Parts: sequence; structure tokens; C-alpha cells
Amino acid sequence: MSGYLTGVLVTLSFNIIAAYAVYLPIAAGQLNLGIAGFMAIGAYAAAFLTNEMSWPIWAAVLVSAGLAGSVGLMIGLPVLRTHGIYLAMATFALGQVISAVFLNLEVVGGAAGYPVAAYAPPNIVFAAAAGVVGFMLLLSTTRFALYLTAVKSDPTVADLLGVSVRGIQAAAFTLGAMVAGFGGALYAHHYSFIEAQHFNVMLSVFPVLYVLFGGTQTVLGPLVGALFFTLAPEWLRASAEWRYALFALFIILFMAARPQGLVTMSLFRLFGRRKPQVTT
Amino acid sequence: MTAKSAQRSVALSITGLSKSFAGVRAIDNLSFEVPEGRAVALIGPNGAGKTTVFNMVSGVYPVDCGTIAVNGVDVTHMPSRKRIAAGVARSFQNIRLMAHLSVLDNLLVGQHRRNASIAAMLTPYRLVPSHRWKREALQALAESGLEAYAKENVGALPYGVRKRIDLVRATLAGANVLMLDEPAAGLNPTETNALRGDLQALKARGLTLLVVEHDMHFVDSVCENVVVLNFGQKIAEGPLSTVRQDRLVREAYLGVEEEA
Repeated sequence: MSGYLTGVLVTLSFNIIAAYAVYLPIAAGQLNLGIAGFMAIGAYAAAFLTNEMSWPIWAAVLVSAGLAGSVGLMIGLPVLRTHGIYLAMATFALGQVISAVFLNLEVVGGAAGYPVAAYAPPNIVFAAAAGVVGFMLLLSTTRFALYLTAVKSDPTVADLLGVSVRGIQAAAFTLGAMVAGFGGALYAHHYSFIEAQHFNVMLSVFPVLYVLFGGTQTVLGPLVGALFFTLAPEWLRASAEWRYALFALFIILFMAARPQGLVTMSLFRLFGRRKPQVTT
Repeated sequence: MTAKSAQRSVALSITGLSKSFAGVRAIDNLSFEVPEGRAVALIGPNGAGKTTVFNMVSGVYPVDCGTIAVNGVDVTHMPSRKRIAAGVARSFQNIRLMAHLSVLDNLLVGQHRRNASIAAMLTPYRLVPSHRWKREALQALAESGLEAYAKENVGALPYGVRKRIDLVRATLAGANVLMLDEPAAGLNPTETNALRGDLQALKARGLTLLVVEHDMHFVDSVCENVVVLNFGQKIAEGPLSTVRQDRLVREAYLGVEEEA
């Protein structure tokens, strides 16, 4: 495999993980615009554990993902009292605050950044992304996934049918934070260097774009969205300086024509009955 | 459980219920009971407060004063989410099926109350070709003759079909008291007959029904008793044939043409 191709596939893997971190709360009707903050928690915690405590990478990554999830739960419970645009603003601010905390935390390098000694090779990153996709596919076959859609579709009725709307939303938010932390922890060990400035607004916003483009109705939407957003700019490289303008124009036209995203349930029906079991 | 041993026990009991919205009394000191296994219709003109009663019993609105008991358990201040476990489920006047889900998935959500453990939530049941939950839901659909719609997206279905699926979903939680908000409204005669069959089958299974309905022929064929509301107050109660003769009821709601 060429270095270029490997590089693109590694980026793709991180983008897929980020997309699913955002997809989980979106599936329950909540927009988390602070996903970069949870990636930062995973990245810094895992780097600290391997650098300073000499933990093996796998243990550091898993514990850091759990830590990001715990922070997600603690912050999620009060933050999820807000809805719609207010929730988006609260999570947006949260992502900024977390990033600012690491910028000022001298024990992990502060503004100078934090080198990471232990290295996770590309194959580990590919396996991790495949693991996240597999986990999400499995999750999509459960009642939990069904309730995510139910809670998003009609919270009043879900509540009257006995479903804990707050519980499902908090669980989705927490799981999303955990997946983000997992991705961040691997990122730190693949690129061997992290700095607070990397976990910025764009890192929070792009995964949302992948998910909305791919479509939120099915579990495959985020995967398709991440694939498209990672690979399309590469293919457009030929047209050099105009590629971002062309790409942006295409996105605007596409979202105007198909606001529900690329992959929808009716699309599955259109292409036969092979895969109804993976729709959520 | 209540100890009204000699009579049928009371499935739903409402005592001294009141509710105001911005100073307007929507429900005023309302009391009535629905005996177990019986069907009672809540009738009255538009705005009389019938749906408000449903919303208070299901916990969508808090009550100002009074008590609501389901199967002898006081649910007046119970969170709405827990009332289905106390035994009361409902359908909606404006059909609240989840539009992005298939018919089968809507019914599976309806089964939640009986499958609420974490283990049940995380079982990958979709990987099992004919899982018990799916079979159960299909069986319930088949009993109403609606099995052909199982895989359909609810958004695309005809009104009458959606209405009956809303009813099937309400029955799946295992609640013994069903509140049905205008189940026959907007149905054609064939669908109304099918609905009548559905409700009679539910009664035969021992379920208790509280029905809001404007179609008096339908009420007559399904319900033993009616409670008449006007401006939030109960103005009459009893079998429809008796209540029909009541002067207040005729002035407020049924009118003179019902004499025929």
C-alpha cells in the first residue's frame, strides 16, 4: 500500500469514528456540536496514561474512552435539559471550554503541545474503525436503536409507552462521547503529537456534516457521509485550486435537493429487500 | 387491588378531578368510575374537556386537584412514563404513530413495557429471523386483519389503517385499561365495523375501555354506560338509552334529532 493511500485511509478511519460519535445523539434527536472536546479528553487522557504511567496502548485507549463517556454522562444530564438550538449552543461552548482547559494544562504540555511516545500503526487504526462500524451495526439490531428513533420521532408518545426519554437521550449522548474519546485516544497514538488547537470548532462541525450528508435515518448514513467527504476532495485534486469551491457548491445543491441525506430507508426499499435489518 | 368484592372491581376511578387553563375551568369536580371489563364512553360537545380527562389520566397534564386511581393504585402524581405499568394505555385523536418507523417497529415500541430490562434493550433481536417479539407483534396485527401492512412505513398508509394500528399498539403493553380518543372518527363504514369487531374482541379478553366518541350508534354498540360532559362538568351518567331522555343532555349535546 502506498504511503498516500495509507494516509487517506487513516484519515477516513478517524472520520468514520467521529461520524458515529455525532450520529448517536443525532439519532435520538440531539445535536452535539462539541464532539472535539470529547476527542480531546480521550486523546490527552490516553497520552498521559502511556507517557507518564507506562500503560499499554490498548488499556489506555479503552480507559480514556470510558473517561470521555463518564464526562459525557456527567455533563449530559444537566445539558440535555436544553433542547434544539440551545442544546447545540451549550455543546458548542462545552467543546470550546474543554479545548481551552487542555490549552492551559501544563502537565500535558499546555500551548506547546504534547508528544506521545507510544505508536499505533495504521492497521490498528483500520481495525478500530471497523470495530466501531461493527459495534454500531450490532447496536442497530437492538431495541435501544429502535428507541433512539422513537424518542426523536415523538418523545411524548415514547414516554407514554413507558420509554425513558431522558434515559435514552443521556445514553446516546454518553455513548457518542465514548466513541469520540476512543477516536481521540487512537489519534494521539497514531500521529504521536497532540495540541489543544487541533480540537477546534471545525473538528466538531465536520462530523456533523458527514452525518447529515449521509443521512440520519439509517446506521449506514454516517459511514457513507464520511467516505464521501474524505474521498471526494481527493478525487477533485485534479482541478487544483477550484476543488473546494466546486465541492462546496455540490454540497449546497445536494442538501437542497435531498435534505434527508443520501442513505434513507426508502432507498433500501427501492433496492430490494436485502437489508431491512440494518435500518434503525 | 380494591376490596369491592361483591361487585366487579373498579379498573379506573376518578374522584373530584379539576383542571384550569389560564383561569378557565376545563374540568370541574369530575367523578366517575369504570368497572373492570366494561366499556364507558365519555361524550359531550367539542371543548367539553373529554381529551383533557385523557391527558390527566395518562399524565400529560398535571391535575389541579382530585385523584385518579388505576386498578386501585393512586396514579395522580405518578410520572406519565410509569402509568402504563400501572395498567393504563391510550390511543390518540390525531394518531401519534412514529412516522419514520415501520408498522412493525411501532408495535415493537408498544411492547416496551413488558421488555424494559437493560438485557432486553441490548438484545440484537433483528438478527434472529423470527424473534418472539416480531411474531407477537405480527400476531396482534393478524388478529385485526392488518398483517399485510407490517413492513410498510406508517407515513404512507391510509388514515383508517393508521388509526387501527394505533389501537393495536396501545394493546401491546399489557395494560388492562385502554383509553381510546375518537377511535371511529374519519373511518368509513367498513372500517368502523372492523373497529367495532376489534373493540368487542378486546372486551372479550377482559379489557376495560374508556372511549371518547361522537358516533352514537358506535357508542351504543360498544359501551354499556356513558358519562356526559359539558363545560368540564358531568351532566349525566348511565346507559345511553336513559341518558338520551335527559333534558340537559339534549340541550347541550345530543339535540332533538336523536329522538328518532
